[in-house]
Order: sequence, then structure tokens, then C-alpha cells
Amino acid sequence: MTKAEAKMNKWKKFWARNKASEGYLFKKVAGDYAYRFVRILMLFGLCFLILQPIFNKISVSFMAEEDLYNPMVINFPEHFSAGNYEMAATFMGYGEALKNSFVISLTIAILQVAMCTLVGYGFARFNFPLKKLWFACVILTVVIPPQIIASPLILHFRFFDIFGLIEAVKGETLNLRGSVLPYYLMSAGCMGLKNGLYIYMTRQFFRNQPKELEEAAYVDGCGMLRTFFNIMLPDAKPIITSCFLFSFVWQWTDSFYSKLFLGDTKLLAVQVSRIGAQLDAYLKTQLNMPGGASIAYTNCIVSTGTLMVIIPLLVLYLFAQKGFVESLSNTGIKG
Amino acid sequence: MSKKKKSKYEGLQKRKAIAGYLFILPFILGFLAFMAKPFIQSIYMSFCKVNVGGGGFGYEFRGLANYIEAFTADVEFSRLLTEELGRMLINVLAIMVFSFFVSLLLNQQFSGRAFVRAVFFLPVILSSGAIIGVEYNNEMMAQMRDVIALNGGEPTITDAIKEILNVSGVGNSVFSVVFEIIDSIYDVVLASGIQIIIFLSGLQTISKSMYEAAAIEGCTSWESLWKITFPMISPLLVVNFIYTVVDFCMRTDNTVMEKIQTVMNELLNYGSASAMSWIYFGIVGAAIALISFILSKVVYYYD
Repeated sequence: MTKAEAKMNKWKKFWARNKASEGYLFKKVAGDYAYRFVRILMLFGLCFLILQPIFNKISVSFMAEEDLYNPMVINFPEHFSAGNYEMAATFMGYGEALKNSFVISLTIAILQVAMCTLVGYGFARFNFPLKKLWFACVILTVVIPPQIIASPLILHFRFFDIFGLIEAVKGETLNLRGSVLPYYLMSAGCMGLKNGLYIYMTRQFFRNQPKELEEAAYVDGCGMLRTFFNIMLPDAKPIITSCFLFSFVWQWTDSFYSKLFLGDTKLLAVQVSRIGAQLDAYLKTQLNMPGGASIAYTNCIVSTGTLMVIIPLLVLYLFAQKGFVESLSNTGIKG
Repeated sequence: MSKKKKSKYEGLQKRKAIAGYLFILPFILGFLAFMAKPFIQSIYMSFCKVNVGGGGFGYEFRGLANYIEAFTADVEFSRLLTEELGRMLINVLAIMVFSFFVSLLLNQQFSGRAFVRAVFFLPVILSSGAIIGVEYNNEMMAQMRDVIALNGGEPTITDAIKEILNVSGVGNSVFSVVFEIIDSIYDVVLASGIQIIIFLSGLQTISKSMYEAAAIEGCTSWESLWKITFPMISPLLVVNFIYTVVDFCMRTDNTVMEKIQTVMNELLNYGSASAMSWIYFGIVGAAIALISFILSKVVYYYD
């Protein structure tokens, strides 16, 4: 039997079965294919919607200025140039900003995750008075937008003092605005960006771990801190990784906390929002172009800058995609 | 009473309670210093005029004046507030519905699923904070949109449909809401990454045997969607609802928050800024409480 014959046979069989089922089989199979087609169409469209701005930015970022005004050039640059990257890099102070962003995101993420894991474990495994109240406070920190408490916090750090001790010693209060210390203090106290969420996630994870492990450790004379570090922590690697990834990424793109508490430190997320104005000023003062930057050109440089901010994240996402997506599905968040 | 309490936390239990407190100590300290204190201070500030001087700052009590001024003296605030709340209502609804159906799609088996999931989750990483801020806050971009709108003679497809439907004379306001959603579909897709993941995690916990039993009894998949899937993940509706609202409040393109930031950082009017943020948060908080209360009555808890 050749292949064609086998195919024919299959068709014949299919129609025979279809007849036997009084047309039900055909309807079902056709409906199935139609559904699949629609699904592919929808998913393709939505994926395109998400990815298109990124593709667009990439293509624009390689265009020379004249390409931007050329209506024939749509997606592929005619005059290939990397000049935009140079331009955006100088305006952002890319090298320095990248280094700052990396160091701050990394240290903050480590600090936040370490603290949140400790707290999450405390909530998951110990019974103590007022536990429900404190946990309600955790939920409160998730729900309250940080903007509400922003103004008192600014004043708090502008005139920083611990029970009047500093004023007694130095004669005046400390001005911590503009330094990075406030944000590290807040992170150490689990009050950073979305830290309530990390506490919730780690607590959910530890609650689902079997209790017997710890009990065995206690019986063998292992202390509580040592049990946590030697027995529970190694098992919690996945949740810690994902909390760390979230913390790192959100810190990287955050401009609200950065503007408020990291003040003068040059960070990518803050620098990128200033590119447009800087380009305009540069063209006006340095190159004597009274009109400033054209809209298309500003857009081009801003896109390039944005791209340069997110490229490290995209690389990270490519390698650690699983850590992001699977973590949340594994914690078993319940309403 | 005290005797009973003593017996509850004794020996190992007592040691464990102390250890528990030590574990959550960082949170307690942080909460008291950086949340509770500013929180109370902010309530107090909203009733005061805050004078910032060289060596410190002082309060001058003025009662409800800040609140009244926010509505009466400030030109923009009440308009921004109503606009933003309306936008929030529409967006939250759209995000919930969208993420529910997308999570249904993504839960099915098809080739390339991992890739599609990765793409849908991409906005969570990229859209938070700076990136969205750049797209929207840039004055130049706004100008550019205007230029395009002026020069682009040909109407877009949505405009054309809008025209047709408006001519047909069916309730204008209903359509305007629908079109607002369609126009902001990009925002909706960008904002629903986490919600999709949460729904997906819920979908994966539903056991297959339920669907099998339903299918054997002659249930179509449309019926089993509403009779099995929907009730089973309804508890997550509450979680997603709260998350979406909070996320919306924290977005950088939120005009009310922008306004508050301007009042605070540029006008240095800390009192009014607190009053405004309390008005906004009060309304949003009340809405959250009310809707989650209603939702929690409706949802079905399996276990």
C-alpha cells in the first residue's frame, strides 16, 4: 500500500464514521479546527500588540536622522547608524547610570528578599500573640499606595532623628534626602516597593511545606535559627529566586521610590525620563539650532534610551523566564 | 484569664512565640517607623498647614480647610478626581474580563504555549514604572500624537465604526464606554500580566475529573465553563480585583497622583497634598471594601 492509498483509506474511513454518527463527527472536527484557527489568530494578534512597540523601537533606534523624515522608510532603516545609541548614552550618562542601577537594584533586592523571607517564615510557622493583627498590617502595606505616606516620609528623612538623639549630639537633625540611606533603611524594614507581596508569597510557600522536617530537627536539638537556615532555606530556593527576580526588575524600572528617596543618585529609570529635555537643550545651546529637536528625532532618541534601559532586563528575562512565570503559579494564592 | 494565657504560651510554646516575634521583628520595626508613623502623621498633616523651615517643620492646625480647598479652591482637582475614578472603573472591569479569558486560552494545550505565555508576562517586567512613564509623560510624544491626529486625514477603523453606530442612534454613552475600552486595549493588555498568572494558577488547581464527569452527563464546554471553571476560580476574583485597583493607583500616568506630586514637590504644600491623597485613597478604599465585601458573598469556596 502506497502513502496516497493509505491517505485515501483514512478519508474513506472518516466519512464512513461520519455517516455512522449522522454527521456529528464532521461537525465536531470542523468546529475544532475553526476554534484552533481563531485561537491562533487571537493569540498572534495579542502577542503582536505586546511585541510591536519593542520591535518598532529597535527599528527606529538604528535609523539615521534623515530616515525619520523619509516617508519611504518604514521598518528597515536605509542609512544604518548606531549614532542614536551614542547620543542616548551621553545624555543618560549610560555607563555610570547602568552601574548605579545595577548596584542599587542588586543590593536592594538582596536586602528586601532576605528580610521578607525571614518575616514570611515567622508568619508561616510560629504562633504568637497578636499574629493576626500583624498580618493584617502586612496586607495593609500591600493595599496602601505609597503616595499617601510620601509627604510625611520626605519630611521624616529631611529632618531625620532617632528620638532626638542626633539633635542632642550634633545640635541639628540630619538631612538624609538625596542620600541612598533612607531607602536601605526602608528595605531593611520590609517597607520597600511591593514588599508586602513578597512577605505574602514566602509565607504562602512555607505554609505548604511539611511540618515534619522541622519537628525532626527540633527533636534532634537543632535551634530555631539553625533549623531555618539549614533545613527550610535550601528548600525555598525557587520562591526566593522569584522574589529576588521580581524585586530586582521592579527596582530597576521604578521611578517613584527612586525619585523620592534615592535623590541624586543617577539611575537609568530616572535618567531616561530626562532625555527629551536634554536633547532639546543640547541642540539649542551647543549646535545653535533655535528650533530645538524635532518631534520625530526626540522620539527616536527617547526610544533608543528606553531600549537601552530595558535590554538588560530582556536578557535577564530570556534566561530566567521560568523563575518569573512559575513562581506565582506555585505559591497557590488563595482568595 | 491571665492564667489561661500563661498556660497557652509556656515552655516550648513560649520560646516559639518569642522566636516568632524575633523573626518578624524587622517588619514590626519597619512598619512602625516607615508606615504607621507617617500614616498617622499624614492624617494629621491633612488638617494642618505645614511650615518647613531651615531647622525643622511646624504644624498650624486649620481644621477641614485643606479638604474644602481641595474641592473649592483648586481648579483641577475635582475634575481630575472624577475622570480618574471613571477611568479606573472601566479599566479594572476590562482588565478583569480580559485576563480571565486570556488565562482560559493560555491554559489549553497548543504548540508554542511557552512562548505565548512568556510574551504575555513580558509587560509585568517592562511596563512597571519608568517605561510606561516615558511613553506617556513625555510632552513631545503628546505633541506628536496631536500632529498625527491633525495630519492623518483618513479616519481610523474605530472612528468609522463610531460614526456608523452614532448615526444609527443607539445610546451614545454606551458606545463611548465601549470605544474607550477598545482605544485603551494596549493599556489593558499591558496591565493584566499578573492577573493572568493568578487566574492561571487557579485554573491549574481544578481537577480534570470534574470536567470529565460533566462531559459524560452531557454538559457542553460552554456550560462547564460557567458551571465549573467560573465558580472554582471565583475566589481569585477578589484577589485580582484588589491587585488591579492598587496597581492602578500606583501607576505613574495616574493624573491624580501626578497632581498630588506637583502640589507636594513643587508648591511644597504638604498639607494640601496629604488632604488630596486622603480624599483619593478614602474613595478608592471605600470602593475596594464595598466591592470585595459583595464579591466575597458571591464567590464559591470549594474547600
